[in-house]
Amino acid sequence: MNTALSWIKAYVPDLDVTAQEYTDAMTLTGTKVEGYERLDKNLEKIVVGQIEKIERHPDADKLVVCQVNIGTETIQIVTGAPNVKEGYKVPVVLDGGRVAGGHDGGPLPEEGIVIKKGKLRGVESCGMMCSIEELGSSRDMYPDAPESGIYILPDDAPLGADAVELLGLRDVVFEYEITSNRVDCYSVIGIAREAAATFRKKFVPPVIRETGNDEDISQYLSVKVEDTELCPRYCARMVKNIKLGPSPAWMQRRLAASGIRPINNIVDITNYVMEEYGQPMHAYDYDLISGHEIIVKCAKDGDVFQTLDGQERKLDSRVLMINDGEKEVGIAGIMGGENSKITDDVKTMVFEAACFDGTNIRLSAKRVGLRTDASGKFEKGLDPNTAGEAINRACQLIEELGAGEVVGGMIDVYPVKREGNRVPFEPEKINRLLGTDIPEKDMLGYFEMIDLGYDSETKEVIVPSWRQDLHRMADLAEEVARFYGYDIIPTSLPSGEATTGKLSFKMRVEEVAREIAEFCGFSQSMTYSFESPKVYDRLLIPEDSDLRRAVTISNPLGEDFSIMRTLPLNGMLTSLSTNYNRRNKEVRLYEMATVYLPKALPLTELPDERLQFTLGMYGSGDFFDMKGVVEEFFDKIGMRKRPHYSADEKKPFLHPGRQAEIVYEGTCVGYLGELHPDVADAYKLGEKTYVAVIDMPAVLPYATFDHKYTGIAKYPSVTRDLSMIMKKEILAGQIEDIIEQRGGKLLESYKLFDVYEGSQITAGYKSVAYSITFRAQDHTLEEKEVTTVMNKILNGLQGLGIELRS
Amino acid sequence: MREQLEKIKEEALRQIEASEALEKLNEIRIAYLGKKGELTGVLKSMKDVAPEDRPKVGQMVNEVRELIESKLEETKQSLARKAREEQMKKEVIDVTLPARKNHVGHSHPNTIAQKEVERIFVGMGYEVVEGPEVEYDEYNFERLNIPKNHPARDEQDTFYINDNILLRSQTSPVQVRTMEKGKLPIRMIAPGRVFRSDEVDATHSPSFHQIEGLVIDKNITFADLKGTLAEFARELFGPETKVKFRPHHFPFTEPSAEVDVSCFKCGGKGCRFCKGSGWIEILGCGMVHPHVLEMCNIDPEEYSGFAFGVGLERIALLKYEIDDMRLLYENDIRFLKQF
Repeated sequence: MNTALSWIKAYVPDLDVTAQEYTDAMTLTGTKVEGYERLDKNLEKIVVGQIEKIERHPDADKLVVCQVNIGTETIQIVTGAPNVKEGYKVPVVLDGGRVAGGHDGGPLPEEGIVIKKGKLRGVESCGMMCSIEELGSSRDMYPDAPESGIYILPDDAPLGADAVELLGLRDVVFEYEITSNRVDCYSVIGIAREAAATFRKKFVPPVIRETGNDEDISQYLSVKVEDTELCPRYCARMVKNIKLGPSPAWMQRRLAASGIRPINNIVDITNYVMEEYGQPMHAYDYDLISGHEIIVKCAKDGDVFQTLDGQERKLDSRVLMINDGEKEVGIAGIMGGENSKITDDVKTMVFEAACFDGTNIRLSAKRVGLRTDASGKFEKGLDPNTAGEAINRACQLIEELGAGEVVGGMIDVYPVKREGNRVPFEPEKINRLLGTDIPEKDMLGYFEMIDLGYDSETKEVIVPSWRQDLHRMADLAEEVARFYGYDIIPTSLPSGEATTGKLSFKMRVEEVAREIAEFCGFSQSMTYSFESPKVYDRLLIPEDSDLRRAVTISNPLGEDFSIMRTLPLNGMLTSLSTNYNRRNKEVRLYEMATVYLPKALPLTELPDERLQFTLGMYGSGDFFDMKGVVEEFFDKIGMRKRPHYSADEKKPFLHPGRQAEIVYEGTCVGYLGELHPDVADAYKLGEKTYVAVIDMPAVLPYATFDHKYTGIAKYPSVTRDLSMIMKKEILAGQIEDIIEQRGGKLLESYKLFDVYEGSQITAGYKSVAYSITFRAQDHTLEEKEVTTVMNKILNGLQGLGIELRS
Repeated sequence: MREQLEKIKEEALRQIEASEALEKLNEIRIAYLGKKGELTGVLKSMKDVAPEDRPKVGQMVNEVRELIESKLEETKQSLARKAREEQMKKEVIDVTLPARKNHVGHSHPNTIAQKEVERIFVGMGYEVVEGPEVEYDEYNFERLNIPKNHPARDEQDTFYINDNILLRSQTSPVQVRTMEKGKLPIRMIAPGRVFRSDEVDATHSPSFHQIEGLVIDKNITFADLKGTLAEFARELFGPETKVKFRPHHFPFTEPSAEVDVSCFKCGGKGCRFCKGSGWIEILGCGMVHPHVLEMCNIDPEEYSGFAFGVGLERIALLKYEIDDMRLLYENDIRFLKQF
């Protein structure tokens, strides 16, 4: 909302502050000023002058030489403006003065334009006569300005006077951010009331007097409201013998400063009252209202209606309409109809000021696809009591501006009058909530400033109906706090029972995951949780896979952001691809990525949100480096048993021969592998890419930060090397399973130290060598003991067809 | 005998003096002090000495032995020192050659900012908790005093799955989830991902992070809220940081405030960073609305509390001077490595 300071001052006459003071103070009491603009920015030394004489320029056809009386003297000004005449009064910028912009109305230079005495084609010119654009405004805001040329001031403008002041440009326009609870502040009066309270000045709202002739409106018009839920109040008044014309300059100036273009007296009065009271109004041409009756009721599904902007609008049965005896004439609270709008020929009109249900207006405006200034106001939920005041104010302005003859009386359909709330006044509770010690009488003083009443008998605050946000003690506490001063309220720290600050176990495990990943050279990435369903095709996920059963957003930003990811790879691969495309070498990324797995579709309960510790890399390292990261992580979170790697399950997006499920204690906790070359192509990754995904909820039950010291061995160990020949297909994991199962208590560790395939080995076979270490905790091992265990292991290996290398 | 000993001594010392290697010293030791060494030979011939002279001769032999031994040791040490010095001379390296690094990875700036905030509040006794990202409408809105048809729930802002389930538009539902557990007092923060239907640009993202804070106890005041957030701001942005509380409106707090901190770039004088105002808006907060407490079966007559919500990206962007929010979700390694 934008409003000129001069308009606020009209209701707070004693207000005398700088723009910055006003901004700071209003913001601290809750009416946030987003910014302000001085209308007289860069306007210096501009006075009223009168053209006394115009002569041709001796050397230029398009220029004339004017003698201009500026009160104290007569100066010579050369101009090319086409509209100057002897006797005209004009704004004149003097030598050394400044104007806001050029005559073409382009963007205003930051420092304005300095005007200096000089010669134009050899003739001296001591200043410049100004167009409205040079004064920083426009014809939209000053409709009386000529299309091109000098702005002509009224004949009674005093010579030598400040022309900027005269044009109403000695003003500041403030832009406010009004919060949704303060519907009353979407009006000049509402802001003025706050300003008066903020600066402890007197608030002087307009006095509305009785208007209208001896007739009664009921002789002309009847109103019926069929849906009083959606229209709690409907006020109508009438004006006849309308004399259309421009509105006075002061009204035009105020509207212009609010960003509203002046049109004619009737439209301007409607807009003026809408700004002043926050109450939208509408005017119908009485002669176009069939049956001279108005009926407020909902449209029928499928109705089509032409609004006054000439557009056809599709309606439905939830859109509230204004009807006459035969037809729809307006969409309630949104826009009037083409069929009843005011034209230049209007003689008699009906003024409407109503209160419509805010939610219905908001939803209707959305469905109809038309949001207007009026609907924007209504949708906030207006006070029905304002409607009557506003319509009477408008009629008063009609009379004052001589725009027509107001018919006596008002039709007011207002079945249930809205009363204000009464809230118990509990000063000690207010102080207890704020942590303050504000005297009771100070609180009551703040309330009085903003027109809250007080019933000392019942000890209740009487809230006016326009303050729909005050219901209970906490609401009053805020009123007290903002006028006492948020900045003056003391600061303290919560007292009471001490609490322990902590991270949950799960978060600590996640922290370790991040530490390990980073230690291993992976940097943390973050990607969106939603993605395109096309991702499944790119990742070669089969049509019937459960992974395609995703939570779908009903109003996504587009298909690319329409489903909640069920696997974390697309984000990772997209990030790697971005890096690859930008020629970044050796990239390692990890993400703590949540996937969303629905329990059933359509969704009736919340999906399972599972955090996936996702690693991806290209450029250096291979499958076993990635496997190393996984095992380092397991080791650090206390998972010290040997994980198993199963190559049985096939992930379609991974290389079929270079992938494994990670199984810990019989539970699948993740997978890793090399990216399938087709998928790598789809993501334009030109290097071998490796990924690992660890399902954090699956890992969590095995994680522990408990450590138990087992004692450093006192007795010597015995190491035996085992060199074997076996079929290629036999996996190291199978050998290790046997060593672990059969090694018994004496087995301390084992280590693969050689794998060989080649010329000295039979085709289809390989040689594998392990060194196995045994130790007893309580004695030095004897040869016999070691041999027994070794034989057990060898027996097991023979079962796999493995032979010792001779 | 004396002359013989003197001769042995001189010859031995000469040889030791001339030695240039440790092995040579060993040979000398054996030659003189070994079982068949010359000095041992002298001792063996003691039987030829008159018994009354024996102690004297024995003493002389011992003196010579000690002298040779100490000289041997001395020379051995000096030779060893020399050898080490020579070795070290050979081992001189160019210390300005490049370091060999492990190339440790880097945390995302969001995480760094989040950990920073967590550290501050955990230090003040706050527990870090989490809540679901796909959330019931009831938790995200209704029980936060945002009834049906409130403009904030407009489809323009929130992603819906269906009428009852949505992508949480704020971390505030975690407040409700914490309160309804019924365990009081509460001091918690809840960091997490939130979603709003904003097109991607330099300052907007449809997915971003917030950190919610909630304190519920007896006698919690607005002054406590001010003190807590002032402390937080000083910890996060530096000890000189000032805070400004401005009245604002949130449906789930009353009174409510927005909080500005003095610009940590210019210290409040006004600069490009704070758009000349000297202040930067960082969070929204307020006293928990009594109706919100009631909806969680907490008696507002007995308990009160405050809540606040910080935009994590906003903190990260400000603190690390990142000028485009899109960088946070692109994951270019050249960006990530700077943190």
